[in-house]
Amino acid sequence: CLSHTHTALRQILDAFLIQTTRQAAMETNSLVTVHFINRNGERLTATAKEGESMLDVVVNQNLNIDGFGACEGTLACSTCHLIFEEDAFKQVDTVTDEEMDMLDLAYGLTDTSRLGCQVCIKKWMYGITVQVPMEVSDIRRQLEVGKQSKQ
Amino acid sequence: LPPQHHKLAEVDIYEKLPVPFGLVRFGVAPDHPEVKNVINTFTQTAHSDRCSYYGNVTVGKDVMVEELRQAYHAVVLSYGAEDNRILGIPGENLSGVYTARTLVGWYNGLPENRDLEPDLSSETAVVLGQGNVALDVARILLSPLDLLRKTDITENSLAALARSKVKRVCLIGRRGPLQVAFTIKEMREMINLAGTRPLLDPADFMGLGDALKDAPRPRKRLTELMVKTALEKPNEKEAGRWAAATREWGLTFFRSPLEILPAADGKRAGGIRMAVTRLEGSGETAKAVPTGEVQELESGLILSSIGYRSLPIDPSVPFDPKQGIVPNILGRVEGAPGLYCSGWVKRGPTGVIITTMNDSFGTAQSILEDLQSGTLALSDSKGGFGSLRSVLHSRGIWPTTFTDWEKIDAVEVAKGKAVGKPREKVVDPQEMLQLIGH
Ligand code: FES
Ligand code: FES
Repeated sequence: CLSHTHTALRQILDAFLIQTTRQAAMETNSLVTVHFINRNGERLTATAKEGESMLDVVVNQNLNIDGFGACEGTLACSTCHLIFEEDAFKQVDTVTDEEMDMLDLAYGLTDTSRLGCQVCIKKWMYGITVQVPMEVSDIRRQLEVGKQSKQ
Repeated sequence: LPPQHHKLAEVDIYEKLPVPFGLVRFGVAPDHPEVKNVINTFTQTAHSDRCSYYGNVTVGKDVMVEELRQAYHAVVLSYGAEDNRILGIPGENLSGVYTARTLVGWYNGLPENRDLEPDLSSETAVVLGQGNVALDVARILLSPLDLLRKTDITENSLAALARSKVKRVCLIGRRGPLQVAFTIKEMREMINLAGTRPLLDPADFMGLGDALKDAPRPRKRLTELMVKTALEKPNEKEAGRWAAATREWGLTFFRSPLEILPAADGKRAGGIRMAVTRLEGSGETAKAVPTGEVQELESGLILSSIGYRSLPIDPSVPFDPKQGIVPNILGRVEGAPGLYCSGWVKRGPTGVIITTMNDSFGTAQSILEDLQSGTLALSDSKGGFGSLRSVLHSRGIWPTTFTDWEKIDAVEVAKGKAVGKPREKVVDPQEMLQLIGH
């Protein structure tokens, strides 16, 4: 149907545009724009430097994410847990056993979870969006609210 | 209450000890300095104009919870789990029997445990329990001294550990390898600990594959690590390390303590008698039931690490003795508007820093909601610390401040620097008070 073709076209066009902007960004400097979805759903955009860790980005850009990076990037807390989009996840450097060990303690662990202090910003990350997982307490709260509203 | 979520709220923190940071200072192992980095975040919060610290005040004794509720719009109880669960078996009072937590308090400089002087003359130590605290004490007992020397372990305990005869630590669990409570990071650390070799009985780890199929990832990875260590041939480097090791540790499963046996002198512990158990049911909820068989193990150092319990802080605060928590709904203490709880008193004594952090966010969220809904009425003004200062003084209590702590901190860091440690803790509260001119 027409709208379908239209969407498909749009997607190709968008992809192309993103590609060119990315390239432009790459050529001019090594600043990389990345987005974070905070726990409350708010979208935070940051200009990261290539080579920084995702945790550095949150700290250096003063992104307001509660309790993020409590152990300051020493693989001892899992509060820097981030959920990646599938495609981006596949491209991120491989994960070490030690990172996996800490991830095992993270809340809301997913198949595309990583610890922000172990992921380095690369040029290809331009425009990616990562999600700060919701806390269990929030989930429980929602369930609680859900229960109440059903009563 | 994170300052970023409310523009005006002021928070006063009361603490029993003169110095802040509780479990991070007194519970986290000295060889885990990374975990203590959270102190930097706490310090930032404490430096906020809207946050004050009052140490050296025992709530429930120096000031009652009722008095705090009069002085503040909201009071959050976050005093953790002070009490040890007892084994409740004969011989528990013999010398050479300690709770793992007392030992932790001793090497971490907790004032009340500083004179413990544990008897470390036994070659074999037994730890009853298979959680992270059990692994912590095992690791500290077995660590090469050169590793510990660079940590903030107290001078006193370092000297005692230097004379220690302990060569072997057995961690004993009532249930099986699939029920251990420690986490993989701590297990891997133990397996890799310099100068030690693991003693794992291959029979315990065979045929676990099936049970693991549907296990969540953390349980699966943890078990796989133990299985690999117990059953696979180590690589050359590891094999060499194990052969050269002078100390060892092991996991013993399916044993439930029955009695601590006295040594020949009748005063000290000489060993432990245990019931052999088997599992009824499977997975996390499996129960250990005795088979009728009994086994003894010789050891003069027995550390129990079977969990903690919160205690009621003050008769006016509701308390559930069975669960050992303050009954609450999302951190709101039942039947006491304006009273909240967080951490181990809210949820029970389990979990790591992130668990407790999330938990405190939850309680803070409840407070914010109550402010918004008007459940917490701000109309009547409250005097805060200002209204309690003279009451406390009249009771002979002189609270310490965060600036006081920073003086003690500077002394500790300077003392530590002289001997190549991150800090040398002051362990005597009197000395702390002297340092700040109280
Ligand atoms: S900041 Fe603690 S694990 Fe990444
Ligand atoms: S290591 Fe001693 S009984 Fe297992």
